[in-house]
Amino acid sequence: MTAIPLLDIRDLTVEFATRRGTVQAVRQVDVSVARGETVGIVGESGSGKSVTSYAVMRILDRAGRIAGGEVSFSGIDLRAAGERQMRDLRGREISMIFQNPRAALNPIRKVGHQIEDVLRQHAEAGSGDAKEKAIAALEQVKIARPEERYHAYPFELSGGMCQRVVIALALACRPQLLIADEPTTGLDVTTQKAVMDLVTALTAERGMSTVLITHDLGLAAAYCDRIVVMEQGRVVETAPATTIFRAPSHAYTRKLMQATPRPGVTLRDLLPAGAPAAPAARAEAAGAPLLTVSGLTKEYPRAKAGLLKRKAAAAEAPFRAVDALSFSVNRGESVGLVGESGCGKSTTSTMVMRLLDPSAGSIVFSGEDISRVPAARFARHALRPKIQMVFQDPTESLNPRWTAARAIADPLLRFRTVKGGDAIRARCEELARLVGLPVELLDRFPHQLSGGQKARVGIARAIAPSPDLVILDEPTAALDVSVQAVVLNLLADLKQALGMSYLFVSHDLQVVRMLCDRVIVMRAGRIVEEGPTEAVLEAPQAEYTRALLAAIPHPPV
Amino acid sequence: MSATGSPALAPAPARSGISATLAHAVAVVSGNPVTGFAFALLLGLVACAILGPSLVPYDPLASDTSVALQAPTLAHPFGTDQLGRDILSRVVVAARLDLTIAVASVALVFVAGGLAGIMAGFFGGWTDRIVGRLADTIMAFPLFVLAMGIVAALGNTVTNIVLATAIINFPLYARLARAEAAQRRNAGFVMAARLTGNTDLRIVLTSILPNILPIMMVQMSLTMGYAILNAAGLSFIGLGVRPPTPEWGIMVAEGASFIVSGEWWIALFPGLALMLAVFCFNLIGDGLRDIVDPQRRT
Amino acid sequence: MLRTLLDRFATTLPALAGVVVVSFLLTRVLPGDTAAYFAGPAATPQAIAQIRTELGLDRSLPEQFARYVADLARGDLGRSLTTGQPVTTDLGSRLPASAELTLFGLVLSLLVAVPLGVAAALRQGSLVDHACRVVATAGVSLPVFFTGLLLVYVFYFVLGWSPAPLGRLDAFASPPPTRTGFFLLDSLMAGDIETFRAALAQIALPGLTLAIFALAPIARITRAAMLAVLAADFVRTARAAGLSSRRVVVTYALRNAMLPVVTTLGMVFSFLLGANVLVEKVFAWPGVGSYAVEALIASDFAPVQGFVLAMALLYTVLNLLIDLAYGLIDPRVRAAA
Repeated sequence: MTAIPLLDIRDLTVEFATRRGTVQAVRQVDVSVARGETVGIVGESGSGKSVTSYAVMRILDRAGRIAGGEVSFSGIDLRAAGERQMRDLRGREISMIFQNPRAALNPIRKVGHQIEDVLRQHAEAGSGDAKEKAIAALEQVKIARPEERYHAYPFELSGGMCQRVVIALALACRPQLLIADEPTTGLDVTTQKAVMDLVTALTAERGMSTVLITHDLGLAAAYCDRIVVMEQGRVVETAPATTIFRAPSHAYTRKLMQATPRPGVTLRDLLPAGAPAAPAARAEAAGAPLLTVSGLTKEYPRAKAGLLKRKAAAAEAPFRAVDALSFSVNRGESVGLVGESGCGKSTTSTMVMRLLDPSAGSIVFSGEDISRVPAARFARHALRPKIQMVFQDPTESLNPRWTAARAIADPLLRFRTVKGGDAIRARCEELARLVGLPVELLDRFPHQLSGGQKARVGIARAIAPSPDLVILDEPTAALDVSVQAVVLNLLADLKQALGMSYLFVSHDLQVVRMLCDRVIVMRAGRIVEEGPTEAVLEAPQAEYTRALLAAIPHPPV
Repeated sequence: MSATGSPALAPAPARSGISATLAHAVAVVSGNPVTGFAFALLLGLVACAILGPSLVPYDPLASDTSVALQAPTLAHPFGTDQLGRDILSRVVVAARLDLTIAVASVALVFVAGGLAGIMAGFFGGWTDRIVGRLADTIMAFPLFVLAMGIVAALGNTVTNIVLATAIINFPLYARLARAEAAQRRNAGFVMAARLTGNTDLRIVLTSILPNILPIMMVQMSLTMGYAILNAAGLSFIGLGVRPPTPEWGIMVAEGASFIVSGEWWIALFPGLALMLAVFCFNLIGDGLRDIVDPQRRT
Repeated sequence: MLRTLLDRFATTLPALAGVVVVSFLLTRVLPGDTAAYFAGPAATPQAIAQIRTELGLDRSLPEQFARYVADLARGDLGRSLTTGQPVTTDLGSRLPASAELTLFGLVLSLLVAVPLGVAAALRQGSLVDHACRVVATAGVSLPVFFTGLLLVYVFYFVLGWSPAPLGRLDAFASPPPTRTGFFLLDSLMAGDIETFRAALAQIALPGLTLAIFALAPIARITRAAMLAVLAADFVRTARAAGLSSRRVVVTYALRNAMLPVVTTLGMVFSFLLGANVLVEKVFAWPGVGSYAVEALIASDFAPVQGFVLAMALLYTVLNLLIDLAYGLIDPRVRAAA
């Protein structure tokens, strides 16, 4: 590392003017990127990792400004560069790709024209060869039939395909540095692997440098040479990827690393050392069947467009979101329902929850076929308290006008399990203690609570009526990894203590492995593979399961 | 502004949402002089509407041809009209009628449109189709023209002006309430409420309505101005209120023919009153939006 | 393309049906004796009876409705008592005057409001932005007939710049040969600059009045749409790719921001067609609005109802055009159709 770095950030401080005064989002940050090197910037939400990259590109929004430090690229002082000079650098020397690729493209302009815009701006193409070069750029990111895709609009392409277009756009002018800001967040794990492999291949082939910004330490470790860990606007550690997992030096890195789900660890391993002792070994799933689902099917009519096409549409077969699904959950067991987006796992859980009526099939719960009770009337059913749910987004699942206590008390009031104001309050406090929510927070409104606290309120509400089955719908997907570790452990402890069964809906096989006894892998509304978690993960039978497992980024251990 | 509003919430979270909202409202009003001004203006308007007849120096209907068409003087600060009536007195007294029409029509459509919209958004299906079709049909007309047609058909009375104004505002309320309810229909907290055994009616009352109400209030304030304009427009073309009743729209109409000969005060003062009233409700609407806006209520 | 057109047209059919039903109801809900209403205040009992049979009021409601629709299909909206002409003829001869005024006002306000809204969004918090906010709030508070009177007082009475507010041309000028029915266009086509100037002088104040009225909603939505689009991810992508600010603002931001503006035009037309009635009364403009107002005063109801129906049909067609314009900008809508 004797050569001059390509990008050198020293002592960078970025301030934002807010209604509450000036906030420092990035404080005295040092990052350097050598030619051909891939550097990962890792941190949880609010760590300032994205703001750092926007500052480098000088595309901070109006309220933000660089308050101190130096940024130099190839010897050019980016802080002092004029807007015209910056514009020539952006896209030609430094490019960027973003999270949520579909939103990152102009929705009403053909993708080919968007690539041409960049090529022409940087005089890489004239009006004669622009189209040809744009198609070549699409071809390089391995888009099939690039001549056709040139004319496509973003809404006609899948999320993964859009991200390829964004990459093509970023690499069209052969820049020296690529900044990738959470490039795969929101994409399915197999798509994530394909996108990351593509970026790695293209940048290596051109000898480019890359900055990968991510919240996923595993992803960063798998693809980067060096990792910079950020916390609350500061860099806390910089180390080679190969050593950071083995010997993290900073306490925060250790915590972050430890909280990241990875092969060969238990839930308890995710928590910092010194956490309460591990509970007894997982109870063997020996109970009688609690839930038996057979032949469960949900069909939707295909969307019809326009009056004139109605006839044609009616002839088409309806879309089957869930196709003759059968499985069971035993008492005291937790079963994982895994699949990528659109596989029908959420539709399945909503039907089991009795919020949606199935098109066919039965749902036998506690010996009664509850699929016969229409969803609209199930609210009054005696088994209603026995099936509860923890929702994906803790914020959205709480009524903004209710305090935490009111939210937790709602099932108690409706099911009349506890009567009288004092008794209900006492039970709320008991539940709060059970889920580790400080009792003094009970009188706060959702907007006054943190994400983790809201998740706890949601869990307390779900267990309040002493359910037999709790459906967990991606309960940690919206949470930072360290909060996720705590919530997952809480869920495991509660199951142990209260003897409930879980149906755990998730896209994350690593998390499922730690929490579930059995796993069901779904694809396109059907079960692909089913079995004890360890068996399925160690020796997957189905091709699809193998692909899913292979796509999980493996940090060098 | 929210910076001054929120610390009051953070250290001692209030038990009731209402007092927290109120505290926030006070902070916004005191922090935003324009909204404060609008509220002061509203108080003035309401005072005129309630106390009008006992405040004014002259009988608004008494004509005195000896002082006809006088420009503003100390005795008649707003001048007199072609019959020698005191314009100041007429403008002040008219506040009651104009505000009553606006408040009555907005209250009517708030209840009818709000309920229909919430039902349509929450239940979907045929309720949604009926309400949607009704709103679409009304929206297919230019709204003021439809109001003209309704008043012409139903008869030239103040009640029908109220009714027509309510009808043309129906789509606005129904659509807003529908969109807000539909957006929350599958929200996590509504699903959670179903899981805890709440009936649909209870969910609407506890989970949907309280969360929609603030936005509906903003809408109410903004359409209040529109209702006033609409009613005044109708009476300007001779529908609804009839002379010699003092009403701002009709007074402007009476003054219109004198504008070309330079007697500006007959039309100006009632027109200004009209403008001020509408302006006031629009400012309050914008102010309320700031209070309701969740982004400013962190 | 024809397919799209037909599809779009099909979507307006329910609205059209609603319009016909409502206007039928409006002719039947008249309190008291409908026939007496239609006959006018001075009619004899025989005349009333004759009108009752003519209108078919002695038959069942479904029968009356069928007759009403059949009449409509033939373009028969009844006869005006005041002019003695069929309402359709009257409306047809007066429509160009109203259309010219409305379009003049709309174009004028678009020319000011869109640049103002864009400038306000690009320079948030600047003087332009504050100006835009004042225009947006004050504009919606001004009663349109009051604005008109103020303009007449200032520009006609005080300054004397403008001719008397009495119609489309002053009494001594003769209208240009009719081609479009729009005096401004017709006089230009005939090469008659004198008449063009006279027509422009007459339309300036009423047009300005309508423009001021339409300014507020257009400026407000342009500013809001532009702000939303400038904060969008794809604008950030375009900036990060080094595109020039002109390209980012025009090709990326403005075209997307035009979508909500085009949608709002529907509402603006609704307002304009209503405001037109008031402005025509203030400026004695010989359009359909003042025709309806005169009929109202004379308790002559067939023209009023014909006017309401005609405006609704016109408005439906305008909305159809707006839908088509939207489809031209937004490929997502084209694909859905």
